[in-house]
Amino acid sequence: MAKQNTAGSLEKKTFSQWVSQKKIQQRLVIITFLFVPLLLLLVFTYIPFGKMIQFSFYDMKYIGPKVWVGLKNYIDVFKRPECFQSLLVSVYYMGGAVVQLALALFFATLMVFKVKGASIFKGCMFFPYLICGIAVGFIFKFFYARGYVLDSILQIFGMDLENIPMWLQDKSINNISLAATSVWRYTGQNMILFLGAMMSVDTDLYEAASLDGANKWHQFIYIILPSIKSIVVLNLILSISGSLSAFEPPYVITNGTMGTGTYFVIMNRLAHENQKVGLACAMAIVLLAIIIVCTVAQKLFFKYVFDDGTSDESKAAVRKRKRAEKAARKGGNRA
Amino acid sequence: MNKRKKKISPGSAVFSVFKYLMLTAAAVIAVLPVCVCVLTAFKTTEEYNTTSPLDAPATFLNFENFKIAFQQANMLQGFLNTAIVLVVVLFVSVFIGAMLAYVLNRFKFKGNAVIQNLFMFAALIPGIATQVTVYQIMYSLGLINHLYGYMIVLMGTDIISIYIFLQFFENLSVSLDESAIMDGCTYFGVFFKILFPLLKPAIVTSLVLKGVGVYNEYYMSNLYLQSKELKTISTALYTFTGPYGNQYNYICAGVLITIIPIFILFLVFQKQIYSGMAAGAVKG
Repeated sequence: MAKQNTAGSLEKKTFSQWVSQKKIQQRLVIITFLFVPLLLLLVFTYIPFGKMIQFSFYDMKYIGPKVWVGLKNYIDVFKRPECFQSLLVSVYYMGGAVVQLALALFFATLMVFKVKGASIFKGCMFFPYLICGIAVGFIFKFFYARGYVLDSILQIFGMDLENIPMWLQDKSINNISLAATSVWRYTGQNMILFLGAMMSVDTDLYEAASLDGANKWHQFIYIILPSIKSIVVLNLILSISGSLSAFEPPYVITNGTMGTGTYFVIMNRLAHENQKVGLACAMAIVLLAIIIVCTVAQKLFFKYVFDDGTSDESKAAVRKRKRAEKAARKGGNRA
Repeated sequence: MNKRKKKISPGSAVFSVFKYLMLTAAAVIAVLPVCVCVLTAFKTTEEYNTTSPLDAPATFLNFENFKIAFQQANMLQGFLNTAIVLVVVLFVSVFIGAMLAYVLNRFKFKGNAVIQNLFMFAALIPGIATQVTVYQIMYSLGLINHLYGYMIVLMGTDIISIYIFLQFFENLSVSLDESAIMDGCTYFGVFFKILFPLLKPAIVTSLVLKGVGVYNEYYMSNLYLQSKELKTISTALYTFTGPYGNQYNYICAGVLITIIPIFILFLVFQKQIYSGMAAGAVKG
């Protein structure tokens, strides 16, 4: 550009000019700022993800030869008793998740109305979420142990120790006991999420409604529920993947014995103790497939059931929203 | 504050009683398992063997169990390692998280949406699932059994802190950047000198959330830091599954030792933690 300059200063000047150009500078910023996070994302998420797909077709250990086995690992995920059993175990955690969401919704609704000492109630219920999963495990190992905390409490209420079941050994209830620890841990956190969404509604609305003579139930149906329906559905769907990824309670409390091994406990055992890497990878892929299906289901649900387009800023979303609005108008399901 | 002047109808009085009853019950259930742990942690072994777990200890000044737990599980080393990991990981991840959000929010370029989606999809993959193959990569990079290896794995930015920063940038006017550029500031300067200091609330929130996550992280620590002197606080705690199988007075003391720092953090940063939760919830 500056060709009239003398040869000596030519290079320097053009270089600094080149750098100070807006566009070039932008590009430099983009590249330098993105380099590290993208590198980390690539090395610790996407390359492992690719390898996971590759390994799932082999019979292999971490070190040593690989043998191509085709889809055998995937068939094994559903055929091996311990793998299939673990899928069934996660149903308990899904049940727990539903209970947890219902409780969270209930308590968040109570909290929306004026409560004295709200921050204390909130704090007490939320704090378990921050406790390390291993510590939670120990707390409940003690809680459920024969003759200790829970049994003593029940004895106070007049139950005989003989009539109290073995919380962790009895196969008909031990998974419920373990799933309950997850409910204990996450209900408060869910409540905070719901409460946040409810509070985003203008609080004058509640007062106006109660002045107009709306009772609590009507307030819930017409004001609270619409404001949080999308976050409730979102959490319901997230809880499916959440319950498949339950790990710490059985890992610490029962070590996955007596039919309490969840999907991750079994996968962890296969991968790092038995070194059946191929099978473990197939399990991971199956889990991911389930999660992707759930996520797509969620997107579709938002698209067709709620027509608010999830407030994405992309053009596609706007188009989607418009289309959804049109569809809604046609269907006439919106007042 | 004084809303009492309103007339209270019998219906709302009943509701009020019901509300407080329910909330109190929930709070008690939430706190009870931890409280029993507190009671037990102060009991001598003899007391522990003879009294009900719901009985209060003879004295709350018996710190013997804490001492034993602290020494047996080598918690000093655990706290030290966790502290090192925390400082480095938090520093790096907040920086690169803010930088990433800056670029994604302020510049339109090909691939912007793609990158956001890459991070979003990554969040869908549960951490433990990928560790099967991450382990293999760590092994081939020679990062296993080194504190720095573990730190590098943890540094990756997670979607929640990206959202926290992105939301914050949304609310910082672009005219701020523009006027600084007019004054001859470079884009790097805009970020480091002008925007980064303004990000403080978002930084605190993401520091606290990430900090809790790192402090509580067990799975990867167990996998990648196998030698004894590299244990972090969560893996140190896990050693209680072995020799102390049923000595819950020691175990409870150990559990409390690990909970106390988080408890203090919670008391100080309650607001930031709640708002961080909300930021993560916006997009799931």
